[in-house]
Amino acid sequence: MNIPYTVEERPDSGLANGKLGIWLFLASEVMLFGALFSTYIILRTGATEWPHGELSVPLGALNTVLLISSSVTMVMAWAMLKLHNWGRHRLYLLATFALAGIFLVNKYFEYSDHLARGEGPSHSTFLAIYFTLTGLHGLHIVGGMVVMAYLLGPGARLWKQNPDQFTNRIEYTGLYWHFVDLVWIFLFPVLYLL
Amino acid sequence: MEQPTTPPSVVYEHAHHIDAHEELGWWRKYVFSTDHKVIGIQYAITGLLFLLFGFGLMMLMRWQLAYPGKPIPLIGPWLGQSRAPMGIMLPEFYNQLGAMHGTIMVFLGVVPLAVGGFGNFVMPLQIGAPDMAFPKINMMSYWVYFIGGVIMLASFFPTTGAAQSGWTSYTPLSVITATSGQTFWLVGMIFLITSSLLGSINFITTIVQLRAKGLSYMRLPFFVWAQFVTSFLLLLAFPPLEAAGILQLMDKVAGTSFFLPSGLVISGKPLAVAGQGNPLLWQHLFWFLAHPEVYVLILPAMGIVSEIIANNTRKPLWGYKALVYSVVFLGFMSFIVWAHHMFMTGMGTTMSAFFQTTTMIISIPSVVILTALLLSLWGASIRFTTPMLFALAFLPMFGIGGLTGLPLGLAPSDIHLHDTYYVIGHFHYVVAPGTIFALFAGIYHWFPKATGRKMNELLGKLHFWGSLVCINLVFMPMFIQGLAGMNRRMYDGGAQYAHNQGVLHWNVVQGYAAWGLGLFQIFFIINFFMSLKWGKAVDKNPWEATTLEWLAPSPPGHGNFLTEPIVYRAPYEYSVPGAAKDFSPQFEPEKA
Repeated sequence: MNIPYTVEERPDSGLANGKLGIWLFLASEVMLFGALFSTYIILRTGATEWPHGELSVPLGALNTVLLISSSVTMVMAWAMLKLHNWGRHRLYLLATFALAGIFLVNKYFEYSDHLARGEGPSHSTFLAIYFTLTGLHGLHIVGGMVVMAYLLGPGARLWKQNPDQFTNRIEYTGLYWHFVDLVWIFLFPVLYLL
Repeated sequence: MEQPTTPPSVVYEHAHHIDAHEELGWWRKYVFSTDHKVIGIQYAITGLLFLLFGFGLMMLMRWQLAYPGKPIPLIGPWLGQSRAPMGIMLPEFYNQLGAMHGTIMVFLGVVPLAVGGFGNFVMPLQIGAPDMAFPKINMMSYWVYFIGGVIMLASFFPTTGAAQSGWTSYTPLSVITATSGQTFWLVGMIFLITSSLLGSINFITTIVQLRAKGLSYMRLPFFVWAQFVTSFLLLLAFPPLEAAGILQLMDKVAGTSFFLPSGLVISGKPLAVAGQGNPLLWQHLFWFLAHPEVYVLILPAMGIVSEIIANNTRKPLWGYKALVYSVVFLGFMSFIVWAHHMFMTGMGTTMSAFFQTTTMIISIPSVVILTALLLSLWGASIRFTTPMLFALAFLPMFGIGGLTGLPLGLAPSDIHLHDTYYVIGHFHYVVAPGTIFALFAGIYHWFPKATGRKMNELLGKLHFWGSLVCINLVFMPMFIQGLAGMNRRMYDGGAQYAHNQGVLHWNVVQGYAAWGLGLFQIFFIINFFMSLKWGKAVDKNPWEATTLEWLAPSPPGHGNFLTEPIVYRAPYEYSVPGAAKDFSPQFEPEKA
C-alpha cells in the first residue's frame, strides 16, 4: 500500500507529507525551547545576583561560527542533489557532520573544565540553566548527527531508487539542522554575553 | 464547491496486488503493526485497561474515605507492609493512589483512548485515507506510550512506592519527597509526551494531506475537526511540560534548584541546595500544558457525541459552521487561561483579572457547542440505541461539569472553593460522566465497524442506566461536601475537622456508589467479549450513517477502501427532502 504525497506535493496544500511533518515538529520544538528560555528569564529576573564571565566567550564564538558554517554546508549538500552532483553532495554532508562533531568536542572541553572545578549543575542557578539548555541543545546536535550518519551510510541507497525522495529527506534534515543552529544563535548571547 | 485534488490512483491499483501477495506474519499484523486500525485498537485496549486500573486505585481510596483506618477487605492483606500493614492503608500509600489515579486516568487512560484509539481508528476512515501519513511513526507513538505506561506501573514496585505529590506534582513538595516514585513519574511523563508529540504530528499531516477527493475542510465530519484541534493542543502545549519535566528531573537527579527557593528548611534542617529557584514556575509550566489538556480530554468526546447525535436523530447537526468555528476558537483560547488554576498562589490581582476574563470568554464557545448539540435534538424522532443513550447523557453531565466551573473561574468565589471536593466534583463531571460516557458511546457506535458485529443492546442498556445512576451518586455529593469546606487530598476524608462532620456520611454513599459503578462495568466487559464472538453480524453501514467510514468493509482491510472514495456532499445529510431514504451518504453522488 502506498501513502499519497510522500514524495510529490499535494496541489492544494503545496506540501509533501514529510515537509508538513517536519515543520509541525519544529513548531513543537519552538515551544520546548520557548519554555526553557522563559524559565531562564524568570530565574534571572528573580535572582538577586547573576554571574558574569563564567563562560569562555572565544570558545562560544568559535562554536557559533562552526554551527553557522555547518548550516551553509547543509544547504550546499541539498543544492548539490538538485544539481545531481552526487560526489559534491557527499562531501558537503560529510563536512556538516564533521563540523557538528567539532562543535561537540568543543562543548566537551567546556563541560569538563567546569566539572573539573567542581562547578556542576547544582553549583548555582546559572550553571543549572546553562547545563540544561546546552545539554538539551547538545542532544539535538547528536540527534542530527545520527540522521546524517544514516543518510551518509545505509540511507544513501535511496538515491538510486528514488532520487526525489532522497532529496526531500536531505531537505527535511536541513530544516531541522537550521533550527538547531538557530537555537544556538539564541543560546550564545543569552548565556555567554548578556 | 471547489474541486480538491485527486490522490494518486496508484494506491488503489496496487491495493489488490498487496492483499494477494503480502501476507504479514502474526507479529507484524497484530503487535508491531503499521495499520492505523490495529494501532487504534491497541491504543483503545491499553487505554481501557489503564482506565480499569485507575478506577481500581480509586475504589481503594473510596474505602479509606468511607471507613478511615479500617482494614481493606479482600485485597488489603496483599498490599504488603509498606503500603497497608494489617490491611490498613498508610497515608503515604493513600497519597500514591491519589497521584497515580489522576496521572493514569488522564495520561494513560482517557487521552490514549480518545485520541490514540478513536482518533487513529476513525479519523483516517472518515477522511477517506488509506492509512495515516506516517504509519511507522504511528506504530512508534503507540510503543513509546506503552513504555511510558510500563514505567508508571513499575513505580509502584519499589517499597517507597509511586509518586505521591498529586497528579500535578507541585514543587517543592514533589522534589523534596525523597522517594524514587517521582523520578519514575517524570521519566514516564517524558515518554508519554514524546508519544503524543509523534501522534499529533501524524494526525495533523494526515488531515491536511490525505483527505479524499471532494472532501473540503467544511465537509469534514465534526469528529475530524475535534481531532484536528486536539492535535494542535497536544503539539504545542505538551512541550512546555516536557521542559518542566526535564527541569524537575534535574532538581531530583542532578541536585539543581530550579523550583527550590532559597532558605528552604525541612524537618528543622536547611536544605543543601543552591536555591534561588521559583516554585511557582512549575505551576505555570504545568498548567500551560494541563489546561489545554482539559480540552484534549473533552474535544474528542464532543466529536464522538456529534457523530452519534446526528446519526440517531436522523437530522443534520444544528449549526455545523458554528460548531467548527467554536472548536477552533476554543483551541486557541485554551492556551491563555491556564493561571485560573493558580488564583490562590498570590500571583497578583492583575494576573487574576486577566485570567478570569479569558476564562469567562472560553466558556462561550463551550456553551455554543453544547447548545448546538442540544438544539440538534429538537423535533427529531430519536433512535434510543445504546450509543445514543450515552451520547445523550453526555450533554447534561458535561453541562453540570461546565457550569460548576464558572465559580471556579472567578477569583473571588474560587478562593472559597479552591482545593475542596467541589473542584473534584467539577472536573470529574467533565471527564467521567462527560468524556468517559462519550467514549463508551463511541465504542458502542464503532464496534460494528471494527469487528463486523454489533454489541448487545440489553447489556448495553443495563451498563448505561446502572453507570448513570452510580456515577452521579459518586460525584453529586462532592459539591455538597466541597461547599461545606471539605478539603481534597485528606487521608481520612477530613474526619478530624469539625466543619466536615455534617457531610462525612456522604463518603459512605459515595463508596457504595463507586463499588456499584464497578459492578455495572462488568456488563460492559461481558458484552464486549461476547459480542466479539456472538454479536449480530452486520454489513458496511449498520447505523445507516452518512460519513465515509461506513463505506469501507466491516472490518476494513489493510488500505481501508475497496474503491477510491469520492465525497459529494456535506457530512450530515439526513432526511434530505425528496431523497429516497432518510440518509444521503457523503460517498453517494447527488443523482443516485
